[in-house]
Amino acid sequence: MSTTQVDRTIDARGMACPGPLMNLIGAMRQGTVGQVFEVLSSDEGSKTDIPAWIAKAKQEMIEIKQEEGFARFIVRKAR
Amino acid sequence: MDEQDKPLSLVLFSGTDDKLNAAAVLTVGAAAMGRHVNIFLQYYALDAFRSSRMREDHHLSPEATAEQAPVVSAHPGLHWSELLHQAKDVGEVDIQACALSMDMFHLSKTDLDPLVDGVEGVAAFIASASEGQVVFI
Repeated sequence: MSTTQVDRTIDARGMACPGPLMNLIGAMRQGTVGQVFEVLSSDEGSKTDIPAWIAKAKQEMIEIKQEEGFARFIVRKAR
Repeated sequence: MDEQDKPLSLVLFSGTDDKLNAAAVLTVGAAAMGRHVNIFLQYYALDAFRSSRMREDHHLSPEATAEQAPVVSAHPGLHWSELLHQAKDVGEVDIQACALSMDMFHLSKTDLDPLVDGVEGVAAFIASASEGQVVFI
């Protein structure tokens, strides 16, 4: 169980690739440094796309957790 | 320049919704990953960018079988034009219409959706695509 305080949840379950990633990018652009975002995604592509974008954009991946039928990504806006 | 930082250049020739959607997915992914994307619209792809026809049914490629076609059509992804808007929103995407194809279909810039940034000749596209990969769809 994560103890990280989430500032904003993006429920992208049911969205097709690359929708969950694009929603995360949009939310992080509007957010402030230090904010924590949670993305819920049932898209298999998110499991590779979100970590790849986080690394490229030099943001911080806190946790990826597989839930029943979807994955939960917790990331922090680092810059 | 690192390979992954070079521009990605797409020549869109086919005007069917499946190929336009595949191209738009590549574009939005590349733009999100920080790559500049050049798109050159030729032939049937250019015709699909007419503002009056963009949201019409552009059908599927001939390789879509009778079994596959309804599966593709029923998939709930965004329309390719919306994906291209997303790509332009997150990154650098330049969409140019091929001057030859414009002439062929008797089109002017005002006939095209505002997603299209301009009209250029093939030499100008080749110049902008001189670094990185060129993909023909």
